[in-house]
Amino acid sequence: MKIVVGQGSCGIAAGAGRVYDALAQSLAGYPQAQLTIAGCIGMCYLEPIVDLYEEDGRLTRLVRVQEQDVPAIVAVVETGSLDAVSHLEISEDDKAFLAQQTRIALRHCGVINPEQIADYLADGGYEAARKAITSMTPEEVIETIKASGLKGRGGAGFPTWFKWNAARQEQAQPKYLICNADEGDPGAFMDRAVIEGDPHNLIEGMLIAAYAIGASEMIVYVRAEYPLAVKRLRNAIRQAEEKGLLGDHLFGSGFSCRMRIKEGAGAFVCGEETALIESLEGQRGMPRLKPPFPAASGYWHKPSNINNVETFANVPWILANGGEAFAAMGTPDSKGTKVFALTGKIKKGGLVEIPMGKTLRDVIFGIGGGIRDNKAFKAVQMGGPSGGCIPAEKLDTVIDYKALSATGAIMGSGGMVVMDETTCMVEMARFFLDFTAKESCGKCVHCRLGTKRMLEILTRIVNGEGKEGDVELLEELCASIKDGALCGLGQTAPNPVLTTIRYFREEYEAHIREKKCPAHQCPALITYQIDPVACKGCTLCARGCPVKAISGGVKQPHVIDQTLCIKCGKCKTACRFDAVQVY
Amino acid sequence: MSCCCEHTAQSDLTLLDGVLEEYARVPGSLITILQKAQEIYGYLPQDVLRHIASRTGVKPAKVFGVATFYAQFRFQPVGKYLILLCQGTACHVNGSQMIEQAIEEELGIHDGETTQDGLFTLKDVACLGCCSLSPVMMINDETYGTLTPEKTKQILRDLKARAKEEEA
Repeated sequence: MKIVVGQGSCGIAAGAGRVYDALAQSLAGYPQAQLTIAGCIGMCYLEPIVDLYEEDGRLTRLVRVQEQDVPAIVAVVETGSLDAVSHLEISEDDKAFLAQQTRIALRHCGVINPEQIADYLADGGYEAARKAITSMTPEEVIETIKASGLKGRGGAGFPTWFKWNAARQEQAQPKYLICNADEGDPGAFMDRAVIEGDPHNLIEGMLIAAYAIGASEMIVYVRAEYPLAVKRLRNAIRQAEEKGLLGDHLFGSGFSCRMRIKEGAGAFVCGEETALIESLEGQRGMPRLKPPFPAASGYWHKPSNINNVETFANVPWILANGGEAFAAMGTPDSKGTKVFALTGKIKKGGLVEIPMGKTLRDVIFGIGGGIRDNKAFKAVQMGGPSGGCIPAEKLDTVIDYKALSATGAIMGSGGMVVMDETTCMVEMARFFLDFTAKESCGKCVHCRLGTKRMLEILTRIVNGEGKEGDVELLEELCASIKDGALCGLGQTAPNPVLTTIRYFREEYEAHIREKKCPAHQCPALITYQIDPVACKGCTLCARGCPVKAISGGVKQPHVIDQTLCIKCGKCKTACRFDAVQVY
Repeated sequence: MSCCCEHTAQSDLTLLDGVLEEYARVPGSLITILQKAQEIYGYLPQDVLRHIASRTGVKPAKVFGVATFYAQFRFQPVGKYLILLCQGTACHVNGSQMIEQAIEEELGIHDGETTQDGLFTLKDVACLGCCSLSPVMMINDETYGTLTPEKTKQILRDLKARAKEEEA
């Protein structure tokens, strides 16, 4: 029996490392048990996950496994009967989470061992690169990508073949191929999952791209916050070198290419391709003026092509199955599949890969199971600090670059943070402006000062000090930042504000005019009161209040002294009778 | 950033010799050198930055400029346990402020500060990429997910107890 423990960063955080260690210890005397690891399958809400494969290949998936469940798994190995673990088996409802997906970029994640190149090779790994390098011209490879309709998965959605072709046409040498793995968009983690779960797929995709543009060096720029991804990729590069899949005269051809990792140092703006190049050169990560585009003058002012991890992860599949097979999925504007990181107030959070053309409702309610605690859906934030909030009435929007842009949000790198009725949209806009104001590199005045001024205005609105005309002032600032910023970070920084004003203007007005937060989230604009009928006088709230603002005897209704209350909400959390009301 | 003039303590610059030998003459390596220096010293002392400038031939102002640009670099020593509290979107929506409050209550420190006993440093970070387990924090490369204020306080108390044991 093969026992596979999912070991992505989230699985490990949920306790998968301890489960693996305990299994390794307990199974030492059982040669029939083969214990191994895999990356993240994407069902993060069920971690830690342990897969049991019987000799005939039959799979039993166990979820939310903890150390105390290890003896039950050992019993399965001993007896061959699954009875001991039946309480851990994944439910039919949860099986649907994966069954509704179409996996291309994530096809190996959570399935193969990311630390063993043999696993990848056994599934036809590096055959697509062999085919491209030994039997196709670079132009034919670019034609295949063109036929597939693949667009950049990092955010901007630029046709991949076009960038490759532009770099191909350049005569200067050497040429560089760069992978943007600086996944800085808060709420997106698909690139981490691909590198941690299937690093050879990334290497193979890059190898094909390097051949197409004629690059002799490949660089992966990974963010420093992903130590496990760096470790697994480093290991994969070493294995590929040992097998002769990286280096000189690959597959017996005249094509040679090497790969190295560069660790980022924490700057969101380095997700912008020219800022990333500056950072690679050891400089402050400040964007360059375009043109010249990196295809003509990039790293060390040589022709360079930059794509993100998910884009490359699609390439081996496209070469193996043909561009038309990829283009058969999706909409006229957007082909293939896209990975989304579904998080926030969602029942089933994790990684979802679906063909373009599905609706937001399909993803959030169909796959994600809807909103947690049976609350009402309010909005989904897409595209992170560059994107926007899409409201309930737009839930039937199809997932497609154009359709999403029309809502004011963007496809972005695929972060989908779901919000319920308790999320204040003005506070959400303030949160993103706080982020962009901190991350603005400072090069352009409009972005450097404009984001700060917008943050000040939003902060005063959530603090109950908003003034008439603030919304209009915000709109004016948004327009000038969009016009006056050089790079994508600045040009898109107003989006979270613009979309919340567009769809939730009444919330801004309630904050400014009535000094009320309709979502009951902004502390300055809410009051906690105890319902004297519902209160049983259990004293739990009074004992937990950090400022002793609650008075009342045992079995007597309690009262909050509003002059002392700091609105921390601890009484509401503590109350077992739902007697603490927020107004 | 506060003034760092008072930090005049001498660092052992020879610890950096190997790194400088490997990278000092490789163009574009400044960030790598800074990362390795921080691994060695735990932070970037001023004399180390000056030493890097003189050995690489990069102007001190530029070395400081690059170091202060990136969030990863620190200019003060950190505690034994470095708490990276995720402030990403998913964590924010799922209540990372409550976790920050719990840490402040338990340790009495805010973002960027270190406890008096030198045990804990708190640092807010943009996103740790474990969004499905939000709210999340990372302490010395170990990630803790689905935090509640109580769970957070317990983790910190356990670490305090562990540190005491190690001392004994």
